[in-house]
Amino acid sequence: MTDKTVKDTPSGKQDKKFDLRHIFEGSYSTLLPLLAIFTGLVIGAIVIAATDATVIAAWQNFFQAPGAALAATWTSIAVAYGALFGGSLGSPAEIFAGIQTYFSTGDSAAFMKAIYPITESLVTATPYIFAGLAVAVGFRCGLFNIGAEGQFFMGALGSVFVGYSFSSLPAIIHLPLALLGGIAAGALWGAVPGYLKAKFGAHEVVNTIMMNWIGFRLSDWLLNGPMKSPGFRPVTRNIAEAAELPHFFPDPLRLNWGFILALLVAWLIYWLLFKTTIGFEIRTVGANPDAAKYAGVNIVRNFVLAMVISGGLAGLSGASQVLGVDHWVGQGFSAGYGFDAIAIALLGKSHPLGVVLSALLFGVLRGGATRMQSLAGIPVDIISIIQGLVIVFVAAPDIIRWLYRIRPAEKHALQSRG
Amino acid sequence: MKKLYTVLAVLLVATMILTACGAKPTAAPAEPTAAPVEPTAAPVAIKVGQVTDLGGIDDKSFNATAYAGVEKAAADFGITGKYLESQQQSDYAKNIQQFLDEDTDLIVTVGFLLGVDTATAAKANPDTKFAIVDYSYPDCFGDTAVEGQTCGSASELSNVLGLTFQTDEAGFLAGYAAAAMTKTGKVATFGGLEIPPVTIFMTGFEAGVKHYNTVHGTAVEVLPFTYTGNFESTDDGRAFAESFVQEGADIVMPVAGPVGLGSAAYCKESGSCMVIGVDNDWTVSAAEYKDIVLTSVLKNTNVAVYDAIKMIVDGTFKGGLYIGTLANGGVGIAAVNGASPELLAELEKLTADISSGAVKVK
Repeated sequence: MTDKTVKDTPSGKQDKKFDLRHIFEGSYSTLLPLLAIFTGLVIGAIVIAATDATVIAAWQNFFQAPGAALAATWTSIAVAYGALFGGSLGSPAEIFAGIQTYFSTGDSAAFMKAIYPITESLVTATPYIFAGLAVAVGFRCGLFNIGAEGQFFMGALGSVFVGYSFSSLPAIIHLPLALLGGIAAGALWGAVPGYLKAKFGAHEVVNTIMMNWIGFRLSDWLLNGPMKSPGFRPVTRNIAEAAELPHFFPDPLRLNWGFILALLVAWLIYWLLFKTTIGFEIRTVGANPDAAKYAGVNIVRNFVLAMVISGGLAGLSGASQVLGVDHWVGQGFSAGYGFDAIAIALLGKSHPLGVVLSALLFGVLRGGATRMQSLAGIPVDIISIIQGLVIVFVAAPDIIRWLYRIRPAEKHALQSRG
Repeated sequence: MKKLYTVLAVLLVATMILTACGAKPTAAPAEPTAAPVEPTAAPVAIKVGQVTDLGGIDDKSFNATAYAGVEKAAADFGITGKYLESQQQSDYAKNIQQFLDEDTDLIVTVGFLLGVDTATAAKANPDTKFAIVDYSYPDCFGDTAVEGQTCGSASELSNVLGLTFQTDEAGFLAGYAAAAMTKTGKVATFGGLEIPPVTIFMTGFEAGVKHYNTVHGTAVEVLPFTYTGNFESTDDGRAFAESFVQEGADIVMPVAGPVGLGSAAYCKESGSCMVIGVDNDWTVSAAEYKDIVLTSVLKNTNVAVYDAIKMIVDGTFKGGLYIGTLANGGVGIAAVNGASPELLAELEKLTADISSGAVKVK
């Protein structure tokens, strides 16, 4: 019953409470992303099976032994996805056994081992949440921030610089300062294209891409020059211990406060976008700049502001990775978090809660990829394929509607009835 | 605002519970309760795992070459070999951990960027054997070095074998050959970064050219060393080769991984230069350019990795340092394209002289 009332609530009243309704506005808007994910995994499975030598061999004998071909296909997919999700979520039985061992003998090793996979997925999800929020804020203002990757890099460099430059600050000052260093560097990198767009009408897509390259090459230079640690390796020094985001568990578990911070920031962005005048203006500009201008909203200010917030979040993403996991920065620091973030924002419908859920999904996929690569011998690149497929289906919902015979007019029908 | 406080409070409580959960196991001693009983009777296949650096397994450079060694060992000794690719620096520790979880006997890590993570894992798991390409321990020197952070270990590790290569010996031969083959009297070399594993090729090359000048009374010039600053951009490789040609060079040795393929592409299109490959034989790994590959400086990482695995199989594995030289086949040069019989004879003699110490490459 409650479900039905939620669905039937007129959309005008939905902004009043912090609840799931924004993302779950009618089952309709969540159904498509879920089906997109499902379809992506199915096609991913086909790719896995189709690139497996034993499966191909079995299919060549399909007419002699059709059962064997199907069995080989099934085994190949089951092993791969079993390793993928076992490697990203762990086994509940092992976790339970680990807890039991801990309480009966005081030995936590088994428990630690059992929760390692899921903590690793959360570690991977952390920068994804920040970066996804960054792109989502841009989308809400009608800006396509492709520069999250460059801002991520600059944020990492900013925070690592603050992190290693001071040696005797207490953690309560040093850690926030290092985080701010990351935010500031990322915000600066975002502000430039924002300003150019607002002042000169230069397209932000072009300028954020260009800022990426400036960021990459600048980091090359910094890592080989001013920020290089003593010795020959082109990496920065390690940050001071006081600047580290504390880990929850002993090594090798790397889950840290960055994850909690990410959830906190996601809520903060939700509040900013939907509960404040600033957020309202940003969204108004995103919905229709001309109307916003006519209504007296300062377009220039909002473009710059949105890009500053977006860049700051991407910078924070880099900072969380440096301060929580890596503690130093070298070349190839990022595996493309900023680019994946575009996908996360799209999949999450640019809503903070959607972004968090999408980031968790990406964290699980990336986290399990290592184990899948090792146990099933499947290249990590398959994960990129699955991610890419999901995005294609999210970006082109008509494919999903056609695949699953979903009628598109449901929403309008509801409104006209009301 | 009230709502803000409520949510903050909830989050605070949630985080406190989370940390409480985290704190308890920290305090507990992490002692294994009972040693697992290993069935000693049945021979278990030896497991070898390779962790690549960011170049990936098909980098046509040391990751690929090292894995060729693993595959050869798998064919010869029946070991099981697999690899994990690193896509970012936080993957290094994660991938090593994955192999540790699988009770891998030998973990091969590729590249100096894995230096710290390898040492940390080796110290925590003294029963597991490691081999690291292009690195060795101890690596903590100077006042600023912090063990486990900026460097791996202050002392030699008994379960880690560092695989290093005297590539200057092979670079010397390539320089000698280049000096003999140049038509313009100018040759050039550039690197990805100014770091020892790169510059050692270049200094050897330069020394080889100078040796040729001394022996033959010529004045072949090596253009000043430059660096692209990265190991990725084939555009840089193209641009560097182009500018060297404009300065009069007709042979270029790029020491920058895949960047060099850009140089090869330029030389092939313009027909104005030849390249010297590094790490492996480019007439094989980059066969489309084989007409303009003069020779290749071979860094036989595969031989070193194979030898390390063989030591595990034989039970003779010891930590320390493996140095690949011309004498033990760890380094060498590939066939020289269009070389005269006289040059080949000279190179052969030079190889013997370097191995015996009669000719110094530095």
